[in-house]
Amino acid sequence: MGELIVANADTGEEMTLNMGPQHPSTHGVIRFVIRTDGEIMREAVPDVGYLHRAIEHIAEKCTYEGFMPYTDRVDYVCAMPANHAWALAVEKLAGLEVPPRAEYLRVVTDELNRISSHCIALGAMAMDIGAITPFTYILREREYVNELLEMICGARLTYNYHRIGGVGWDMPAGWRDKVLAWCDHFAPVMDEFDRLITNNELFVRRLANLAVIRADEAIDYGLVGPNLRGSGVDFDVRRDVPYSIYPKLRFEVPVGRGLCGSVGDAWDRYWVRAQEWRQSVAMVRQCLEQIDGTDKQFWTPPKKLKPVGDAMARVEAARGDMSCYVVGDGGANAYRARFRTGSFNAMGIIRETSRGLMIADLVALIASLDVVAPEIDR
Amino acid sequence: MSDEAARADELRVPAAEWRATAARLRADGFDFLQNLTAVDWIKDERIELVYHLWSYARRQERVVRIDLARAQPEAPSVADVWRAADWYEREQFDLLGVVFTGHPDLRRILMPADWVGHPMRKDYVEAASYNGMPTTRANTLELLPIWDKK
Repeated sequence: MGELIVANADTGEEMTLNMGPQHPSTHGVIRFVIRTDGEIMREAVPDVGYLHRAIEHIAEKCTYEGFMPYTDRVDYVCAMPANHAWALAVEKLAGLEVPPRAEYLRVVTDELNRISSHCIALGAMAMDIGAITPFTYILREREYVNELLEMICGARLTYNYHRIGGVGWDMPAGWRDKVLAWCDHFAPVMDEFDRLITNNELFVRRLANLAVIRADEAIDYGLVGPNLRGSGVDFDVRRDVPYSIYPKLRFEVPVGRGLCGSVGDAWDRYWVRAQEWRQSVAMVRQCLEQIDGTDKQFWTPPKKLKPVGDAMARVEAARGDMSCYVVGDGGANAYRARFRTGSFNAMGIIRETSRGLMIADLVALIASLDVVAPEIDR
Repeated sequence: MSDEAARADELRVPAAEWRATAARLRADGFDFLQNLTAVDWIKDERIELVYHLWSYARRQERVVRIDLARAQPEAPSVADVWRAADWYEREQFDLLGVVFTGHPDLRRILMPADWVGHPMRKDYVEAASYNGMPTTRANTLELLPIWDKK
């Protein structure tokens, strides 16, 4: 990065500023080198890698089953879908079947985790642009979700719940009722949150028409998930590349419509996530209804796991298409494992989108892309 | 994966033809470069690039594989065909040492700029120190004074 920090001495007008890696608004340990002319940025060049833990390399060093706890660390804000991606990829590779009850438990936990992840995303986004209250308010809801997930798997953040061939535990007695009770409680909270911040005039004016990403740009840079849908692209892995029991669930895919500004602005990316809350709650309810008819078996542990070949599994995580590509060579460990993550692509577009923005808007842009630093670096 | 239908969507192209193939696939509707993985097949002396492409219009996947000589792995960059390739190629260059010719900004992305070697290569051995910092440390239990008395 050294060569980028060159102050333009000729005019004396362009400045190079460093933001991060230790900065409260960069959502983790990320650094930006900002070239700026007064308040207007020429560009912000992201410098990533501070949280690189070589997770793909670790996958080559431990067994397929033994790697599961590490997948939690790919994205610790939304660990459950990373569990799911790894399990799905290895099951595809080895041709394993999963009991129906496990599929339901996987989807319930995925969706609960998506809700809690969006709580962080939306609360933090409001806080980053100066609205402190919504963050504390919505983090209380995340706390309830953490309690529910702790009840089912014993952990609040790094769950290690999904297994190759199923899940680790069945739901404990009374869990189903607690989840449904919380869903009833959360329904009016979402509406209240909309009154508090989503439709707040100051908030809308701050974010509408800001950092607009066109649909073709979003696709070209490989944006996924809510960031892609915010730009008006109607695509969701859960619906369009179906896995698990998603085909049995009824849900809608919210797509950015430019309700307050233009399609693909920072507010649209926010709004898509707020709508996804509602869809996730609906999915949790349906799963808990349908799970009653399933057999009690929740895990078929694989007998001999030494697969050969390669497999790609795509999962819709909170930050979009999280894919796991795994190559096996007949050993007990993966020969190569790869995680493609939404935050990595989201960081890739910042240099382009930041051109011409105000410095203060960079924070809004990062927050609207819901970037989580460990998910970039893995 | 023994899915025959999925296999039919696979291509293996020589590195020299990759740019022409990439442009054709892009024009053919494969607008999303979903993933790029380099695999080090050390026993065969080759590095395999695996591109996963997706077409939003057709809801269809296409896998492209390119074999490179392990001694000098070079492939043409497609960062101007799919802009997502810019960072993907930097990552595979950083971790596996694949050189993407024509890339606009081929720098390390995850490892520090002055790192030596490509850590995801199968024969990679970490240096004993980095910038004077040791990369391993003694087990502190073995440093307990109790061992001196025995």
